[in-house]
Amino acid sequence: MIPELGHVALIIAFMLAVGLALLPLWGSFSRDTAKMNLAPSLAIGVMLFVTIAFSMLATSFLNDDFTVAVVAANSNSLLPPIFKFSALWGNHEGSLLLWVLILSGWMTAVAFFSRGLPLIMVARVLSVMGMIAVGFLAFSLLTSNPFERLLPNTPMDGNDLNPLLQDPGLIIHPPLLYMGYVGLSVPFAFAIAALLGGRLDASWARWSRPWTNVAWGFLSLGIMLGSWWAYYELGWGGWWFWDPVENASFMPWLMGTALVHSLAVTEKRGVFRSWTVLLAIFAFSLSLLGTFLVRSGVLTSVHAFASDPERGLFILIFLALVVGGSLLLYAMRAPVVASRVTYGPVSRESLLMVNNLVFTVATTVVLLGTLFPLVMDAFSLGKYSVGPPYFNAVFVPLMALVTPFMMVGPLSRWRDDSVRRWVNELLIPALGVAVIAVAAALMSSDRFNIWIALSVLLAGWVTLGVLRDLIRRLLSGGQGKLRWRALSPSFLGMSLAHLGFAAVMLGAVVVTQQNQERDLRMAVGDVEELGGYRFELKRLGQLAGPNYIADQAVFEVSRAGELLTVLVPEKRRYLASGQIMTEAAIDASLWRDLYVALGEPIGKDAWAVRLQYKPMVRFLWLGALLIGLGALVTVFDRRYRAQSRVKATIESGALSVAS
Amino acid sequence: MRAKRFLPLLAFLVLAALLYKGLSIDPTELPAARLGQPFPDFVKAELKSGQPISAEALMPGPALVNVWATWCYSCRVEHPYLLALAAQGVPIYGLNYKDESQKALAWLDQLGDPYRLNIVDAEGSLGLDLGVYGAPETYVIGADGRIVHRHVGVLDEAVFARDFRRWFPSVMTDEAAKKVREGNG
Amino acid sequence: MRSWVHTLLMCFSLWAGEGFAVIETYEFSSPDLAARYHRLSQELRCPKCQNQNIADSNAPIARDLRVVLHDQLEQGASDEEILAFMVARYGEFVRYRPSVDRQTIWLWVAPLGLMCMGVMALAWHFRNRQTASPAPLTAAEQAQLEKLLKEPRA
Repeated sequence: MIPELGHVALIIAFMLAVGLALLPLWGSFSRDTAKMNLAPSLAIGVMLFVTIAFSMLATSFLNDDFTVAVVAANSNSLLPPIFKFSALWGNHEGSLLLWVLILSGWMTAVAFFSRGLPLIMVARVLSVMGMIAVGFLAFSLLTSNPFERLLPNTPMDGNDLNPLLQDPGLIIHPPLLYMGYVGLSVPFAFAIAALLGGRLDASWARWSRPWTNVAWGFLSLGIMLGSWWAYYELGWGGWWFWDPVENASFMPWLMGTALVHSLAVTEKRGVFRSWTVLLAIFAFSLSLLGTFLVRSGVLTSVHAFASDPERGLFILIFLALVVGGSLLLYAMRAPVVASRVTYGPVSRESLLMVNNLVFTVATTVVLLGTLFPLVMDAFSLGKYSVGPPYFNAVFVPLMALVTPFMMVGPLSRWRDDSVRRWVNELLIPALGVAVIAVAAALMSSDRFNIWIALSVLLAGWVTLGVLRDLIRRLLSGGQGKLRWRALSPSFLGMSLAHLGFAAVMLGAVVVTQQNQERDLRMAVGDVEELGGYRFELKRLGQLAGPNYIADQAVFEVSRAGELLTVLVPEKRRYLASGQIMTEAAIDASLWRDLYVALGEPIGKDAWAVRLQYKPMVRFLWLGALLIGLGALVTVFDRRYRAQSRVKATIESGALSVAS
Repeated sequence: MRAKRFLPLLAFLVLAALLYKGLSIDPTELPAARLGQPFPDFVKAELKSGQPISAEALMPGPALVNVWATWCYSCRVEHPYLLALAAQGVPIYGLNYKDESQKALAWLDQLGDPYRLNIVDAEGSLGLDLGVYGAPETYVIGADGRIVHRHVGVLDEAVFARDFRRWFPSVMTDEAAKKVREGNG
Repeated sequence: MRSWVHTLLMCFSLWAGEGFAVIETYEFSSPDLAARYHRLSQELRCPKCQNQNIADSNAPIARDLRVVLHDQLEQGASDEEILAFMVARYGEFVRYRPSVDRQTIWLWVAPLGLMCMGVMALAWHFRNRQTASPAPLTAAEQAQLEKLLKEPRA
C-alpha cells in the first residue's frame, strides 16, 4: 500500500511539474498574470508530492519491506536503521528520487525568496526548473521506478547494502553533492529566463549570484566529503583518483568557479554578459552530463551505478533537448552588441577574464581526458586509459598559473589599473613570501624540494593578497580607526574561499611529496618507526559488530617515548554478503595523519600492515570546507537583502537616502 | 558576428553524437593485445600424459584454446557447450590456468573432457604471455596459427553464432544437431 | 595456507575488485626500486577491474602483475621495458598515463594548445578595444545623474 501511495504521489508530482513547465512560461509571453502567478504554487505542489513519494520509499526501507525491489536489492534486516535510510539513495532509482526531491526544494526556495523580482522573471525561472523536473520525473517513472514490487516471489531478506557504503559518508555526501549539482540549475534557469526576455543586464546577474554561490558552495562541500570519505574508507590513503565519476562532479565545480567570478563582473560592470550566460549554461550542462556518465555505462568507474544503455539513451535525449535547446537559444538571443562599458588591459576585469579562461581550459582538459578512451574506442583506434598521471600532469600547472592572479586580484581596480601600482603594493611582501618558501622547502626534508617551495610560494602569495586587502579595508576609515564594517560578508566570503584554495593547494602538494608509507609484516610485539613515530603491535583480537565480525589489531603509537594514541584497524567480514572490508585506523590532526591499515593475514599471528605518515593531508579538506563556507557566507551580504528594505521604505512613505 | 554564437551548439552536437556512439560500445570489453600474432611459444606439461608440449601441438588451426580452472564457477557453466562443440569435431585445447592438476583431472573425469590436449599452466606464466586476465576465456587460433579472436566470459551458443562461426562454418546449432540425431536415430 | 589465500582471492574475482587495501610485503634491494615500484604500480591499470590501478586492486590478475612488476624491477628492466611488456600482453588499456605517439599526441598537446589559443584570443580582444574615456556628460545628463544619486538606493 505504502509503495503504491508513493508511486501515485510521484505521478501527481509529474503532472504538476508539467503544469509548471508550461503555464507560467506561456503566461510570461502572453502577459497573463494569472498563469504566471501559478508558478510558486505549482513549485510548492511538486515539492509536496515528491516529498510524499520520498517518505513512502523511506518508510519501505525502514520497515524492511522486501516486496519493493530496491529495498530487497540494497537493504537487509540486520542493517542499522540509519543505513537503511541512506540505502535509499545508495542505488540508481533511489538516488534519482533524491535528485528530484532536492530540485523541488530549490524550486520552492526560489519561489520563496524571489518576492522582489519581476513576476515575469520568476515565472520563467520556475518554468525552466519545472521542465528539468519533468525530465527527471519522466525518467524515474518510465525507466527507473523506485516503487517496483517483487510480487509474488518476495525474498526473505535483502541483499544488504554494499559494506563500503555502510558509513556516515553515505549519509551526508550524496545529499550535499546533489545540493550543489542540482542547485546549478538555478543560475541556469535564470540565464535561460534572461535570454528569453532579452534582458542580460546587471540585475539578472545580481539575482543569480546568491543562488550560484550557495549551489557552488554546497558542491564544494559535497566533493570535499567524497574525497574525505574515500580516504578513510578505502584503506589506501588516497583522496582523489580522477575517476570518471569524480570528474563528473569536478567539472561542474570548475565551471561554477568561473561562473561565480564572471557573475561578479557582470553584476558590477555589466560586461562579460555572453561569457556569464554561457558559463551558467555549461555549468548545469556538465551536471547533466555527469548524470549521464554515471548512469549510462559509457565509462568504467568504481563509483558508477549499475549501467543500462536504455537508461543512458533517455538521459542523452534529455541532455540533448536541454543543452541543445539552451545553446540554440543562446545562439539566437545572446547580445551581439558589445556593452559600451570598456576596460583596459590592466584592470580587475582583465584579471577575471584570465580566471575565466584558465578555468574554462581546465574544465575542457578534464573533459578531454575523461572522454578520450571513449573517443578512441568510437573511432576504433583502440582501447586506452587515462588516469591520475595524465590529469595531474596537465591540471596542476593550470592551477599554479592562476594563483599569481589571485594574489593581485583582490587589490586590483576596476576598469583601469597599472602594473606599477601592483608592484609597489606587493613586490616586497611577495619577495618575503618567496624567502619563507625557500626556507620551508629546505627545512622540510634533507633535499631542497622544488614542489614544496612552489606550493608554499603560491599559497603564500594568495594569503598575502587576502591579507593586503583585509588591511586596506580595515584602515580605509582613516585616522587609525579600524573600519570593521568594511568587512562585508561578500568580502569575507571571498577571502575565506581564496584562503581555502591556498590551503588545498598546499595540502595537496605537501602530502604528495612528503607522504611516508611502509608495507610490512607485523606480529604481536613488533615495532616499526615511521615519520618520527613509533608503532607497536600490542595484540590481536576479534569483535562482533551489528552485522559483521571483525579481526582487530591493536597498535600503540608513541613519540619520543610518550604514548600518543591507540589505533585499532579492523578487517571485517559482513555476514549477509560475506564481503570482506578493511577499516583503517587514523589518528588525525591538523599537521599530520597517522594511518594504519590491515592487509592479508600471514599465518595465525601476523598481518601484512600498511603504515602511513601523511603530513598536512587535513589541509585539503579544511581548505575545501573554507571554500564552501566562504561561498555560503557571501549570501548574507546586505545588497541581497536591501530590496526588501527599499520596498519597506517606499511603503512607509519615507524618501530619505537609505544607507 | 552572429555565426560565432552557434559554435557552442555545434560543439555540443559533436559531443552528443560521440556519447550516442558510446552507448553501443562496451567499455569493459578488451580485445586481445596479441590479436594477429602467432600463439606465444611455451613448453609446458600436458595434463593427462605429463609429457611436455609446445605451441606446435595446437596446430593446425582453426582451433579453440579454452582457459579454464576448477575454481572458476563460470567454467562449469560453459562446460556442457564445450562438450557439444567437441562432439561436432571442433578442436578444443584446454589451458588449465593457475590450478591443481589433481583437481583438474578429477573435474574432467566427473564432467567430461572436451579437450584434445590440456596445457598445465600452474603459475599462470603462459596466461600472462597471452594476456589472460580471468577465467573463462576462449581464444581462436586461425589456420596459420595466429590468434584471430578472444572471448572473455562464458562461451555459449549465442556467442558462438555471433563471433565464432566464421572460422567454424560447419558447426550446427543445438537445434539443428538434435534434428540430425533424431533423423539418424 | 597458500590455497586458502588463493581461494579467498579467487572469490574476489567475482566482484570486480572493490576498493580494499591491498597490502603485501615485497622486499626490494634498493629504495630506488621500491620508489619505482610504487610509481609504476599506480600507473598500471588492472585489466579486469572497474578502473583501479594494480596497486589498489584485490583481483588475482592485479596480484600477478604486481609480482611480475617486482620481479622485472629486480632484474633491472627499465620503465619503458616494463611498460612495453605489459602493453604487449594487455594493450594500451593497461597504461594510465597514455603513451605519447601519433594517435595520442593531441591529448597531450591539447591543454597547452587551448591555453595558447585562449591567450591569443585575449590579446586580440584587447588590441581591438579602445580604452578611450567616454564622452563627457551633457548638462541634461549631468542633472539627471544628480537626481539619480539622491534617490533611495536599491
